[in-house]
Amino acid sequence: MAVEQASIIAGIAERFGRSPARLIDVARAAHAELGYLSEESMGLIAEALGVERVQVRDAVSFYHFFEREPRGRSVVYLCNAVVERMKGADEVVKAFEEATGVSMGETTSDGAISLAHTACIGLSDQAPSALVNGVPLTNLKPSDVPMIVETLRKGEDVSSLPQAKVTMNLLKRGNVVFSDMDPGAALGKALSLTQVELINEMTVSRLRGRGGAGFPTSMKWNFCRTAKGEAHYVVCNADEGEPGTFKDRVILTECPDLVFEGMTVAGYAIGAKKGFLYLRAEYEYMLADLEAVLAKRREAGLLGKHILGKDFEFDIRIQMGAGAYICGEESALIESLEGKRGAPRDRPPFPVQKGYRNQPTSVNNVETLCCAARIVEKGGAWFAAMGHRDSKGTKALSISGDCERPGVYEVDYGITIRELLDMVGAHDVQAVQVGGPSGQCIGPDAFGRRICFDDLATGGSIIIFGADRDLLEYMRQFTEFFTEESCGWCVPCRVGTTLLLKEYEKILEGSGTKSDLEALKKLGTTVKTMSRCGLGQTAANPILTTIQNFPGLYEARIKADEFIPPFDLAKALEEGCAVTGRNPDLEEKDV
Amino acid sequence: MSSEKMTIIIDGVQVEATEGQTVLEAAAEAGIYIPHLCHQKELPPGGHCRICTVKINGRPASSCTFPVSEGLVIENDTEEMNAMRRAIVEMLFVEGNHYCPSCEASGNCELQAMGYRLGMINPEYPHLEPKIQIDASHHDVFIDRNRCILCGRCARASVQLDGKRVFGFDGRGLGTRIAVNAAGGLGDTNMSAEDRAASICPTGCLRVKGHGPDIPVGARAYDSTPIGSDIEQKQTVS
Repeated sequence: MAVEQASIIAGIAERFGRSPARLIDVARAAHAELGYLSEESMGLIAEALGVERVQVRDAVSFYHFFEREPRGRSVVYLCNAVVERMKGADEVVKAFEEATGVSMGETTSDGAISLAHTACIGLSDQAPSALVNGVPLTNLKPSDVPMIVETLRKGEDVSSLPQAKVTMNLLKRGNVVFSDMDPGAALGKALSLTQVELINEMTVSRLRGRGGAGFPTSMKWNFCRTAKGEAHYVVCNADEGEPGTFKDRVILTECPDLVFEGMTVAGYAIGAKKGFLYLRAEYEYMLADLEAVLAKRREAGLLGKHILGKDFEFDIRIQMGAGAYICGEESALIESLEGKRGAPRDRPPFPVQKGYRNQPTSVNNVETLCCAARIVEKGGAWFAAMGHRDSKGTKALSISGDCERPGVYEVDYGITIRELLDMVGAHDVQAVQVGGPSGQCIGPDAFGRRICFDDLATGGSIIIFGADRDLLEYMRQFTEFFTEESCGWCVPCRVGTTLLLKEYEKILEGSGTKSDLEALKKLGTTVKTMSRCGLGQTAANPILTTIQNFPGLYEARIKADEFIPPFDLAKALEEGCAVTGRNPDLEEKDV
Repeated sequence: MSSEKMTIIIDGVQVEATEGQTVLEAAAEAGIYIPHLCHQKELPPGGHCRICTVKINGRPASSCTFPVSEGLVIENDTEEMNAMRRAIVEMLFVEGNHYCPSCEASGNCELQAMGYRLGMINPEYPHLEPKIQIDASHHDVFIDRNRCILCGRCARASVQLDGKRVFGFDGRGLGTRIAVNAAGGLGDTNMSAEDRAASICPTGCLRVKGHGPDIPVGARAYDSTPIGSDIEQKQTVS
């Protein structure tokens, strides 16, 4: 086996040119082949790539989908994102545990099936969902589970199951992203312009980044174009991991040509020959189709050398992720692209100055690149005529939760939350989470507010909570999500997110007081201010925005006492009392 | 790199800086101490601890990584920043298992000294009490990860100063640990007690074996003056 493993890994490394920058690819391929990455496998990978073992461990141990212990032949990753749990994911988990006879995190004794949790997999519109051996299963019901488990026990492929079906749910096509396109049209126009003219068109359009931060695309491209470097790079950020977001899943399925066209246009604008599409591991099932589109574009002369017969060379490689929300942060994404753990970098320098391999790199959201291609084709003025104030064009929204028609809606910027709720058939709404957990949670008094950069900015995630939902429990789950996705690099996020969760749980359990609520706010502000990147800087948002917007929910939970110690004496004695048959001193118990 | 001079303003005081310096370096040269733990002047910055966070033109940023430029306005020694720094030190104390009274590093420990400097009495947060293994496999050096604050100094020093790569990280989030370059423990690496990495740990985590508290109480690094005093003593501005 040892010899066999060595030759397997050596062969894989060979396929990737023994380049340390391809460490994630090599680890992915080895993991697929071997089922997990043992200490021995990591050593062999290190040897094959000419790096140290600790570098392999540093990267491999970071990603969710790299197992380092033997697992079952099939791993069922059950999604535990908030919307999934609203739609009954907990019952599905229970059904899997019953059908397999093992608990989450365990493997059946015959080695057939392992059960594990995973964060949002971009299927909140058809929850509960799961990834089984990379295949997405959707709209799961507990009654489906025995048949799925039976299939896995027999070692059969799940792709033929009726649940292995991803619906697009593209419920509203706007004029920009989801309108018909002619591959090559934007690119042809782009190549007739100079780089400066092209970027000027972006300036006229007033396009801003669709990932949520809203940085003007023309500025980003111009910084990148004028930055000195041996090479320039375009990166398309398709690591959409914000819980409740799935619009990139739909864009990459419905209009991959437009995405690649946008990347190529960006490449021309900034002077890049090479582009990367960083695709989150959860979307591996789309990879073959995307590769096919790339191949077609190469054949059509839309990629490669002398594109459209002009003196312009550009090609695209798809880089798969391995499971890390933080890789949606542009500098973490670049680290991952270089074959390392996805820990964000300190800025400055910014990626447009020093990005991939320390060269000028423009990282753009999938949707931004689609908009850019359209702008080149139809003109900046055409684009700027749509939208609201400083937010031009349209926005693809992923809407899920308590509504009749969850799905993707491409709307003009400026739509109010009220209009949006009518559009999706949401009634009796308690709260709307705009921008996912890193965004904000608002109540009915704010439903007149608008989706736009100056008011409610969002990367696209909209989660609707009906009147009967325990809102704070979902905020707890969001907070838990951040503790699991914190990269661990910096202290305020690594430790602060866990402390936020603990303090929050104290309040939800009913042992919190006014002073606890104050302490929680203070802690949240510290984590927000001191953290290194956007993850930590927004991790307290579910807590802080609900304290601000739903004070009544907190007042109902907290005690009038000045202080209650987190240590509950009676509870701590419970087990001992049960064993010895004594009664705990109920006088001490807070009732 | 050119050595163009410029002026930055720290807490209202004009400070001369040189192009290519970080805010923390420029401050230190002018005798202004910006509290920091993971940074060590022999090493490139790591940006881990965030204690050196200052407000630069109103926005928080880590001064150990931020390059100077003309006219930067920096808020350093303010009640707001110091309170948040203290909170971070408290986080470090509850994250690990730190037993100062029995630790060989006590008195010379930068974490402990930072707690004193920032006025920490007792952590307000609950102790997380992780269960952590000690690595004593090396003949001359041990790692007690109970006292690790993940500053990454050993990892950077091993690469930058020792020309080795003995250390790295393992895991993520709260489960992150310092890892060694071996399938087994530190004893299987090419670590030497003479390595700079062996003596660069700010706490009692990575230490050369065979040394108890060699220096008597009263003569230890931070017994009579707080951490940062060496920098403040050479103050050139008032």
